[in-house]
Amino acid sequence: MSLTLNKEPLFAKPAWSGILVCAAVLAALPILNLAFPEGHALHVSNYVVTLIGKFMCYALAALALDLVWGYTGILSLGHGLFFALGGYAHGMYLMRAIGHDGVYQSDLPDFMVFLDWKSYPWYWSMTDNYWYCLLLVVLVPGLLAFIFGFFAFRSRIKGVYFSIITQAMTFAFMLLFFRNNTGFGGNNGFTDFKRILGYSVTAPATRAVLYLITLGFLLGALLLCRWIVKSKLGRVLQAVRDSESRLMFIGYNPLGFKLFVWTLSAILCGIAGALYVPQVGIINPSEMSPGNSIEMVVWAAVGGRGTLIGPIIGAFTVNGLKSWFTGAFPELWLFALGAIFILVTLAMPQGLTGLAQKLKKYKEGA
Amino acid sequence: MNLTLCWSSLAQAAIDPALLKPLAGDDPDARVDAVNAIAALANDDSLKVLNAIKNETLYAAPDGTVYIVDNNIAYNPADGKTSPPPDGIDGVMVNNRLRGAVDAALSGLKLLSPERAVRLDAALDLQKDADPARLPLIEKALAVEMDTDIQAILRMTAATTKLQSADAATRKEAVRALAQSNNPNLIPILQKMTEPNADGSYNEPDVAVRVAAVATMNAIEGRLARNEFIGNLFYGISLGSVLLLTALGLAITFGLMGIINMAHGELLMIGAYTTYVVQLLFRKFLPGAFDAYLLVALPAAFIVAGAVGIALERTVIRWLYGRPLETLLATWGISLILMQAVRSIFGAQNVEVSNPAWMSGGATVLGTLVLPYSRIVIIFFSLAVVGGVWLILNKTRLGLFVRAVTQNRRMAGCTGVATGRVDMLTFGLGSGIAGLGGVALSQLGNVGPDLGQGYIVDSFMVVVLGGVGQLIGTVLAALGLGEVNKFLEPAAGAVMAKIVILVFIIVFIQRRPQGLFAQKGRSVE
Repeated sequence: MSLTLNKEPLFAKPAWSGILVCAAVLAALPILNLAFPEGHALHVSNYVVTLIGKFMCYALAALALDLVWGYTGILSLGHGLFFALGGYAHGMYLMRAIGHDGVYQSDLPDFMVFLDWKSYPWYWSMTDNYWYCLLLVVLVPGLLAFIFGFFAFRSRIKGVYFSIITQAMTFAFMLLFFRNNTGFGGNNGFTDFKRILGYSVTAPATRAVLYLITLGFLLGALLLCRWIVKSKLGRVLQAVRDSESRLMFIGYNPLGFKLFVWTLSAILCGIAGALYVPQVGIINPSEMSPGNSIEMVVWAAVGGRGTLIGPIIGAFTVNGLKSWFTGAFPELWLFALGAIFILVTLAMPQGLTGLAQKLKKYKEGA
Repeated sequence: MNLTLCWSSLAQAAIDPALLKPLAGDDPDARVDAVNAIAALANDDSLKVLNAIKNETLYAAPDGTVYIVDNNIAYNPADGKTSPPPDGIDGVMVNNRLRGAVDAALSGLKLLSPERAVRLDAALDLQKDADPARLPLIEKALAVEMDTDIQAILRMTAATTKLQSADAATRKEAVRALAQSNNPNLIPILQKMTEPNADGSYNEPDVAVRVAAVATMNAIEGRLARNEFIGNLFYGISLGSVLLLTALGLAITFGLMGIINMAHGELLMIGAYTTYVVQLLFRKFLPGAFDAYLLVALPAAFIVAGAVGIALERTVIRWLYGRPLETLLATWGISLILMQAVRSIFGAQNVEVSNPAWMSGGATVLGTLVLPYSRIVIIFFSLAVVGGVWLILNKTRLGLFVRAVTQNRRMAGCTGVATGRVDMLTFGLGSGIAGLGGVALSQLGNVGPDLGQGYIVDSFMVVVLGGVGQLIGTVLAALGLGEVNKFLEPAAGAVMAKIVILVFIIVFIQRRPQGLFAQKGRSVE
């Protein structure tokens, strides 16, 4: 069995077709938005395109979280931080790209003018270069996760302790970014973006391209994660999840494996944040609040952890519900979200995918 | 009229007409000097004259005699006689400068009021800007002042004004006297005296005075530094006691039972809202006993939060024992529901919980340090709660069962301990203590639906830092974090101090995952 690991296809045939159909439908949305005028039966509104684009970013983050939680058993309550850092890194370029079109028409972003700063602080240097900012999107969350993970995993912090200190980490960063003097816009964060690589960020065509790039990243990340968990490396990761001490007795050192998957997950999350910011048009420190990170966990839990597809379904389901609730019954949303948390942990620990499998088995049995 | 007090301490004496005469004149300097000279007499008539200037009822006859005219009766302050107003008298012009001098003089006269509080206020007022013109008045007040606190303030003020004296010996004496002062505003004045100007000359020509000034400066700075240190120490202990109250419940539910209760902050909030409701009820039905409402709020908060905790344990948490990560998610969901429920009932705005009268205000110690009574009470309260928890855990049957179940659940069950019931009661106890913490929080800050969110990370940090299952660890971690926070704050700012502490804890846990006080024995994983 162990020798044939990589010979299996990534997905079974029906799963492949399902994924491709979903991807095709998703890809069609922005094209319908551009191709048909408003009022036409086949027209998809800008709102829907932006919303689904946002959901795909969330799905990418949930997928990243599933890689560490579902497959390696490391529950992070700080993935919102990586998401936000990726967003901030991309946002730095977007702020620079505003140029002189801000309220104060200065070289500096409005919030720096407001603070009476005369020049960019050192960590803003070169951020007018788009490719450098893209590098930051990957490097900043990746490096932070690597350093944090190295120390945490080396001293064998696991389980709830790890969860709690990741929560403390994102909390500390939230406080840091709330300060005006940190140089990232304080409370308000970055907003009022005008253009990206010269194209207007609000133009439908730009949105469509961003949307399609997001879809591409989501698909690519899904395939990459699937490839990883199917590989021998993936088997080791699952062994870490199921019995880390036994794995160590066999002779593996889990440090490198955990560190690799943890850093990769943070990078994917950072990319999700970077794709999120131009589509939503704002990034602020509340993205780093502990509550946001826990919400990501619930996306993965609702869809079914340890399945990769599940978290994507979960992110769409929970956020779809959220959009509907906050429109229809805004005061009930937190009750509903709380109920989802409790229901998922008590009644369906395998999430929606687990439920579907149970139903299938039940049918086959009957 | 500002001053309608009975000036029993003031002598009834006429005022020298020579002092009064300049008031009717045109020379602005002479008029201000006259006001100060009259004020320095500090007798009943001088008060009348000053009030008359203030109320514009002072008139001058063509010959320069001044009268206070009230209801068509003219009073001559020079001889104390009343008469119908003489012909041709005219109101004395009062410009802003004169009015300022009169106001200052009148407030100076308050130094002689029979009310201690009025005198203290006046003395503190005078201290803010020491005008040499006030010196005679201050010395007069000092001669009759019996209260040592006010005496000290007056002496300092007198010395400050004497710094501007022309006589070097007086200045030196003044500088020496100021060594007893706590007033930080003196430092720049003294500095100016001791530091050379650009051309090498000194503002203070006498070298002996300069030497004395340096000594005084050192004395004041030393005392201020000591006070600041003691203040930091106190506020650190106060913050530590708050952290302790918020974390103690968690030390039981997380430390002893291993339950990650993310709704712990909301139990604090429920305690605070219970206080709010009890306070409302008292205001409505028992306004006379309002100051005692906390005595009812404490057991009420304990019972309400404890009952909510028991309900949670029975309905949700008990199905998740042994699955800590799932517990974490479920309790987070509970916290969202509780928060939204409170928001629906009480509104999203903060509600106001007023301190009982005996908890408002503060004790002034060492001259400059104000220690609020509410914080002092809460420090003792937190110690009492820790003592109570210790007694319950170590001296009662329930405590014995709790420890037994914690150490070896299966064996405890075998010997007949109803483990499920013990779980329920332990969780109820931890939640009830969170409710007590909520009462304390309601006395210090805002009470709103988000109250608990701000404390959840801190509480976990305290418990994790202290080491699970150890009360003493929790106590030391809370006090230690409180102190470190308050001593970092002046240097780094409140937010940076908090960040530094979080980073410190993250690093600390990496080095010592079991916390300050590691659990020993079989229960260690």
